[in-house]
Amino acid sequence: MWTYEKKLQFPVKIKNPNPRMAKLIITQYGGPDGELAASLRYLSQRFSMVTPQAIATLNDIGTEELAHLEIIGAMVSQLVKGASLEELKRDGLDAYYVDHDRGVYPQSAAGNPFTAEYIAVKGNPVVDLTEDLAAEQKARATYEWLINMADDPDVIEPLKFLREREVVHYQRFGEALRIVQDYLQDPHLFVIPKPDFMK
Amino acid sequence: MSEDKKKLELLEQIMAIDFMVIELNLYLNTHPMDKDALAKHNSFAMQSKMLRESYERLYGPIAQGSTSAYPWQWIKEPWPWEYEANPRLSREGK
Repeated sequence: MWTYEKKLQFPVKIKNPNPRMAKLIITQYGGPDGELAASLRYLSQRFSMVTPQAIATLNDIGTEELAHLEIIGAMVSQLVKGASLEELKRDGLDAYYVDHDRGVYPQSAAGNPFTAEYIAVKGNPVVDLTEDLAAEQKARATYEWLINMADDPDVIEPLKFLREREVVHYQRFGEALRIVQDYLQDPHLFVIPKPDFMK
Repeated sequence: MSEDKKKLELLEQIMAIDFMVIELNLYLNTHPMDKDALAKHNSFAMQSKMLRESYERLYGPIAQGSTSAYPWQWIKEPWPWEYEANPRLSREGK
């Protein structure tokens, strides 16, 4: 289960509205390499994970991704708050506005709504952790492209924090994969003596 | 110092220490035998508990399950995603 804490994991305090940036950053809310996909991926994969270390890693990184989802939502919300209709139109958010006004809807930068197709749950610990390593790298790259598009330090700082978290998560998933591989190679199966007719 | 500024300063301290707790928690998940990291984790966890208690006494519940003054303080705005709820990062040495 979860409980809520009334604070962000990293502060979001954006003074100047910037709908164009909101349109891009929303991809980390509901896009292919976004935080919603990340949290659902890890929290769903943990049910079939093995080893205490890897199970805890999926559980806790999945939980942290929910906090990142909230940071991104806060950024998008503050970036469009107070923006005039003229500014929304100028920055290409007129289509978004007619569907969602200034609400935060899980979609990609190109406007595709969130889909579970962004995640995989294969039920095999090595397959799933390998996917997670790639997912962290894709998210890291996305944050770097977003930082390249930004010029406001109020926007860049939280993006930098989130990028760093992807690097740390990649490290932890790498360690979890190594632990799982060692575990799977251990002869931990009960040895059943061969019956005579098989000798 | 204004009440609001004091509140945000205390909140920033809690956020920083809670970050250490989360970071060490993730590290310990794959290094459960690391005694130094475990001692650090426990020390930050204790600090967080103490700071949260003083914050909640002054400004209301930060987590579900905390006690509340009358009337029910949990619904008090601002919520964490709002501009006013967030500390401006103090950047020491920068």
